[in-house]
Amino acid sequence: MNGAVLRFKPLNVGRYVTWGLFALVLVLAPVAFPQGFAITMMSQMGIWIIFALSYNMLLGQTGLLSFGHAVYSGLGAYFSIHVLNMIGAGAFAFPVTLLPLLGGLFGLLFGVLFGYVTTRKSGVAFAMISLGLGEMVFAASLMFPSFFGGEGGISANRMVGKPFLGITYGPAIQVYYLIAVWTFAAVAAMFALTRTPLGRIANAVRDNPERAEFVGYSTHMVRFLMFALSGFFAGLAGGLSAINYEIVAAESVSAQRSGGVLLAAYIGGVGFFFGPVIGAIVFTFFVVYIAGLTKAWLLYLGLFFMAIVMFAPGGIASIVLMNLNVAKHGLFGRLWKPYGWVAAAGLLAFLGFVAVVEMTYHLSDTGGGTMKLFGLSFEVKSLAPWLAALATLGAGGFLYRLAWNRFRGEWDDIQRIIAEKAP
Amino acid sequence: MSAAPAIELREVFKSFGKTQIIRGVNLAIGRGERHAIIGPNGAGKSTLFNLVSGRFPVSSGTICLNGADITGLKPYQINRRGLSRSFQITNIFHRMTVFENLRCAVLWSLGYRYSFWQAVNGLRDANERAAEVMEGIGLARRRDALAGLLSYAEQRALEIGITIAGGAEVILLDEPTAGMNRSEAAHAVDLIRRVTAGRTLVMVEHDMGVVFDLADRISVLVYGEVIATDAPAAIRANAAVQEAYLGTAANSH
Amino acid sequence: MEFFLISLLNGVTYGLLLFMLSSGLTLIFSMMGVLNFAHASFYMLGAYFAFQISGHIGFWPALVLAPLGVAVIGMAVERYGLRTVHKHGHVAELLFTFGLAYLIEEAVHLIWGRAPVNYGVPKDLDGTLFMIYGTAFPIYRGFMMLVSVLMLVALYVVLTRTRIGLVIQAALTHPETVEALGHNVPRVFMLVFGGGAALAGLAGVIGGNAFVTSPGMALHVGAIVFVVVVIGGMGSLAGAFIASLLIGLLQTFSVALDWSLGGLFKPMGISFAADSFLGELWNLTLASAAPVLPYLLMVLVLLFRPRGLLGTRDT
Repeated sequence: MNGAVLRFKPLNVGRYVTWGLFALVLVLAPVAFPQGFAITMMSQMGIWIIFALSYNMLLGQTGLLSFGHAVYSGLGAYFSIHVLNMIGAGAFAFPVTLLPLLGGLFGLLFGVLFGYVTTRKSGVAFAMISLGLGEMVFAASLMFPSFFGGEGGISANRMVGKPFLGITYGPAIQVYYLIAVWTFAAVAAMFALTRTPLGRIANAVRDNPERAEFVGYSTHMVRFLMFALSGFFAGLAGGLSAINYEIVAAESVSAQRSGGVLLAAYIGGVGFFFGPVIGAIVFTFFVVYIAGLTKAWLLYLGLFFMAIVMFAPGGIASIVLMNLNVAKHGLFGRLWKPYGWVAAAGLLAFLGFVAVVEMTYHLSDTGGGTMKLFGLSFEVKSLAPWLAALATLGAGGFLYRLAWNRFRGEWDDIQRIIAEKAP
Repeated sequence: MSAAPAIELREVFKSFGKTQIIRGVNLAIGRGERHAIIGPNGAGKSTLFNLVSGRFPVSSGTICLNGADITGLKPYQINRRGLSRSFQITNIFHRMTVFENLRCAVLWSLGYRYSFWQAVNGLRDANERAAEVMEGIGLARRRDALAGLLSYAEQRALEIGITIAGGAEVILLDEPTAGMNRSEAAHAVDLIRRVTAGRTLVMVEHDMGVVFDLADRISVLVYGEVIATDAPAAIRANAAVQEAYLGTAANSH
Repeated sequence: MEFFLISLLNGVTYGLLLFMLSSGLTLIFSMMGVLNFAHASFYMLGAYFAFQISGHIGFWPALVLAPLGVAVIGMAVERYGLRTVHKHGHVAELLFTFGLAYLIEEAVHLIWGRAPVNYGVPKDLDGTLFMIYGTAFPIYRGFMMLVSVLMLVALYVVLTRTRIGLVIQAALTHPETVEALGHNVPRVFMLVFGGGAALAGLAGVIGGNAFVTSPGMALHVGAIVFVVVVIGGMGSLAGAFIASLLIGLLQTFSVALDWSLGGLFKPMGISFAADSFLGELWNLTLASAAPVLPYLLMVLVLLFRPRGLLGTRDT
């Protein structure tokens, strides 16, 4: 028994290493990638990491599937940008560094207001209501142009107030470090929250709401508190985005934004605390990089999401952890070759698919003409490229099935060995 | 009796649609008593538990806990007043570890409520209490196993552990030995006896061996009515009970 | 008076259209426990299919073929998608349909572009059905009503006169009765899902040209249909019917009324500057607030009657 009690206060070296590394990555990332677009992208990643983790306080930790989470980040952003403008106009003095905190408080306020209504329900009804509230706020945003700025949104200048230690938030790198500091603090706070009585009871409510009621907890109250706190962190992310972009438009409370954060969190893996961090990074990469390459990026993102839902519901995090587990047992060597085949066949099928999609887009956009793809230039209305693309897709798909079956056999065999090793 | 009974039901009725399941139950269970409720399938035993614990609302009648009216309260309100129950179909937190299950079950009773400013690992009393219960139900070596992956008997033990962990004065156990073999059941009886010492215990049970072994008094519920409440020996000798229940049960076994 | 009658007719037309969507959604939800997020996407597909088909062989074939095409897609989605995801639970199913809605919207972008398409009312139905106090009521509105009512009758007959219908009906209130279907459960699920999709597709065929056929129509209508189901009560067809008409009438009447708080208090001499937030709220007309009214109604229902008007399920 003593042994069991002693385990509660471990000097967890692993944890310090993890958090130390996280901080180090945040500090050194701009040194490794000093290009302007990289700084922009990494700033955006930080904001999305907070946003996706706040979303996962609902989905992964409390079992609440929300389709309207952008409301809280968006309203946080709107209030922040108005405060920024007021500071600029000299209405009062407030350090820009702490502005995200105000955004968080407004997120919290609306989390309390709307959360009281929505968390009366759970499950599917909650999901529908969250969508309805999201649409309501979006519709309202078009009605009140003085606050929401109509089509153009509200813009501001973040270089207001007195510089502190030479920090003006003029250069993007200063904004990046502001975001990095807040990201670290918010991630740490949200992680700490999972290890409090409320955080643990939220898990209990997710697993079995009925039983939670029979150990003394009001499930409505638990959901409500988690919802409100999640609104706080979403608002914080919104405040950061107001500083980062110096503009907030109706898009920031839209269903697209709400869907985006769901995608980001789920792709990363909602069952693990760090899953949404991975998801936010992948998602931002899509939004910034892939969106610059093709207009069909949302289609690719949607397909990626569907593949995760159907074949890896634990998200990227679970894929990583399962493979780490294989590696831990020293069996990863057996997977290199099957993985290689799967990747090669998958790439072939993917290329064929991308060609079909891009050609269709080009056709519907321009109604014909020459297009460039993979370094080739051809007439989109001619038959040959279509045949080639479809043939690549078909062959890739066929080979992928073969490769996948082979991989699956190997994988199942490895899992069997690992299961036998376990006590 | 000077003190109010631990649980008292007065003229309790419950209908689902047009079907009357509980038809005027009157029952008083004293403090510290071990009380068993028996009866044929469909007699309404589990429904009675669901009414007392607040899972379903009563159609009419009054339920008192330690003399205070608890009719119409929510399950968590009843639990906070010192009544805890287990379920016939295992009802645990599947994706959490054994230890986490138990710790969640003690948090409210130790006054931590909805705290989001304390680290749960630093709550000494909660951790000790959870570890103590874990030891008591014999799951200490499964501490970090996910509850959903436990064996059936282990899950049943955890079910009882969650029920008693909060230190409730009144414990309701719904078929605690259901689906267990003889040695597992004997082990469970031993466990129940230990962990409910000094508390009021009400249990629904089909295994007559368990019932006569544990109970101070027995109530027989038939078609939503209590036809007899008495000490085990008297129940065994009661002609009406034999006709209504024990006879059929003996035949069916 | 004319305003009232015309708005009433328009509101009922819109309400019936909403019911074509909410009934399918309710049936699928009650039978399979799946909240089909992509339901309104089927509505959109119905409209686009009809646009495409009517461009080639006319509106009348499209009226039949487009819903059939949507039904085939719906059945394929159930057979090859939902069934795979089913083992991961209801949240995974909901997420699957969410992803599907996303993909369908992107596919529509891909094939028909981002701008609305010119899917117009067919020539045969273009014109005035009758006049009320000098205001015309278009033939097409009457046609929409006719189709909706026929669909309602057909649905009623299927639900009350066939074996499958009786089981579906029973499943609305007692989901466990679905097991009474025996070994046919997967096939029935596929048919129900396909049937619900066909209903949504049909609504798209007749709604797409009455309103607008654009890639944004799915999200817009989808959110309203969810509101209808929440207000009516999850799993209640009658509730969905009442709520559909309620929302239909609410939307139609409110867009035509320019009442505002400012107007109400003007005689008392209270007013605010028009360019301030309060001023905007003060001078906001009911017409311009129309888009939020269904959601406000939903919030009110949740506050005062959380189960919905006729709901029995307390989730």
